[in-house]
Amino acid sequence: MSDILTISELDCFYGEVQVLHGLNLTLAKGEVLCLLGRNGAGKTTTLKAIMGLVPVAAGSIRLGDRELTGLPAHEIPKTGIAYVPQGRRLFAEMTVAENIEIGLMTRGKGKAVREAVLDLFPVLRERLKQRSGTLSGGEQQQLAMARALCVEPQVLLLDEPTEGLMPSMIQKIRETVAQLRGRGVSTILVEQRVDAVLSVADRVAFIENGRNRETMPVEALRADPSAVRRYVGVG
Amino acid sequence: MAFGPHLLLASLEGLVTAAVLALTALGLSLVFGVMRIVNVAHGEFFMLGAVLAWAITTAITGHPALGFLAALVIAPLLVGAVALVAERVVLRRLNYNPEATIVATIGLLYIIQQLALTFYGPEARPVEPPFNYRILLPWFGYSGYKLSVVAASALLLVATWLVLTRTKIGMVMRATQYDRETAQAFGIPVERVYAGVFALGAMLAAVAAVLIVPISQAHYLMGQDPLLLSFIVVIIGGLGSLRGTVVAALIIGLSDGIISVFFSPTLAKIIATFLVAMVLVFRPQGLFGTTAR
Repeated sequence: MSDILTISELDCFYGEVQVLHGLNLTLAKGEVLCLLGRNGAGKTTTLKAIMGLVPVAAGSIRLGDRELTGLPAHEIPKTGIAYVPQGRRLFAEMTVAENIEIGLMTRGKGKAVREAVLDLFPVLRERLKQRSGTLSGGEQQQLAMARALCVEPQVLLLDEPTEGLMPSMIQKIRETVAQLRGRGVSTILVEQRVDAVLSVADRVAFIENGRNRETMPVEALRADPSAVRRYVGVG
Repeated sequence: MAFGPHLLLASLEGLVTAAVLALTALGLSLVFGVMRIVNVAHGEFFMLGAVLAWAITTAITGHPALGFLAALVIAPLLVGAVALVAERVVLRRLNYNPEATIVATIGLLYIIQQLALTFYGPEARPVEPPFNYRILLPWFGYSGYKLSVVAASALLLVATWLVLTRTKIGMVMRATQYDRETAQAFGIPVERVYAGVFALGAMLAAVAAVLIVPISQAHYLMGQDPLLLSFIVVIIGGLGSLRGTVVAALIIGLSDGIISVFFSPTLAKIIATFLVAMVLVFRPQGLFGTTAR
């Protein structure tokens, strides 16, 4: 598979503190790559750096042939990268329909995309006029994904999408990620739950202290889960 | 005058104050709510609107309504342009840092004020109202122009509400207000939104000034009271809330009008300040405000 996203020698800082130290990653077309690591390892910062939401001090992020570092943050989603942030970050005072509309506006998508997304998450269709902050946790996560899918992304960044959800909803999220992979969407998934990763990911990258320590196919991780103990601290 | 008509007169005066205050405070509230910037120079945009209204009405001869209508269109546009330049040259360079922009807008306040003093002078100058018509009530006559100020303010407030709630521009502004980072992640050019909101806020203040200047006169220090009252309204109403701004402006405007007439203007100010203190203690986000990321 050809790489759609390539991150090379990426350095990022929060003020004086360096969070990413020469991070390297590749994402192939239609692949689900999972980032695993302890809290503070740099997983979320990696996603934010791709989205241009934290400044990149050095290194390169390429989407196909296009360099993303240096682009204003609001231009990056227009290249076809969508982001589901940790904690969903819905526009809570706005309705479900308005949140979806914001997603559609990102790349000027219309009714057809809206309908396709609502078909994927039918519960949202019944709640279009409801304020998004009043939805249940599972519904909010579906809306966060729906809003991102309205971008019609080539690359989808999911930051802990199963956090705090009940098992049926986690299953729904997994199914959606698998469905998107079938459509050729590449996904970077940040997860804490190793079981959730094994069922959906193609490869796993272990992030530690802002570096990619090891990347392996999920089959290799199933055969030898010692890396999980080494980098995440659980077995 | 009997108590009832006296109360009606005080209420009408309060309503005029409330209408103009709502427009001025809405501008401050939008800037405060969307950009998280305390624009201390907001009152100077108000003053600039009034001074420009005087200049435009003086330059245009003929029926006073012609000059006034021209001022109503041109003055807010010019003030909006000044605000755009200030946003680009000052606020953007400070990365909209809340503390730094307070100091910067204090500087802006003095620059605008001193430029007005230099080029306009220290005199208070009248602007002729576009029409002189008194509505004769059974107990007293009342200025038709003052009532038209209330109507015009109400129309502008409704128009702003429609823009904020029914248009894509309004949706983008609200999204930026609720979560700047997520807005960027969905392609919203936050800096451009900020520039637009800052200009819009200044234009609302300028429109309010053009409407009130035939009643109050243009003066280079006239921005101070509207600034103080706008802060009171914004704190009581809640950051960036149009509904809160209107309700708080009505409370402050009407109480100011009524208490000033029946007791004293000082007591009206004491009550307004007391209200602000109560809101800050018991509901810091204001009556209709929400917290944002």
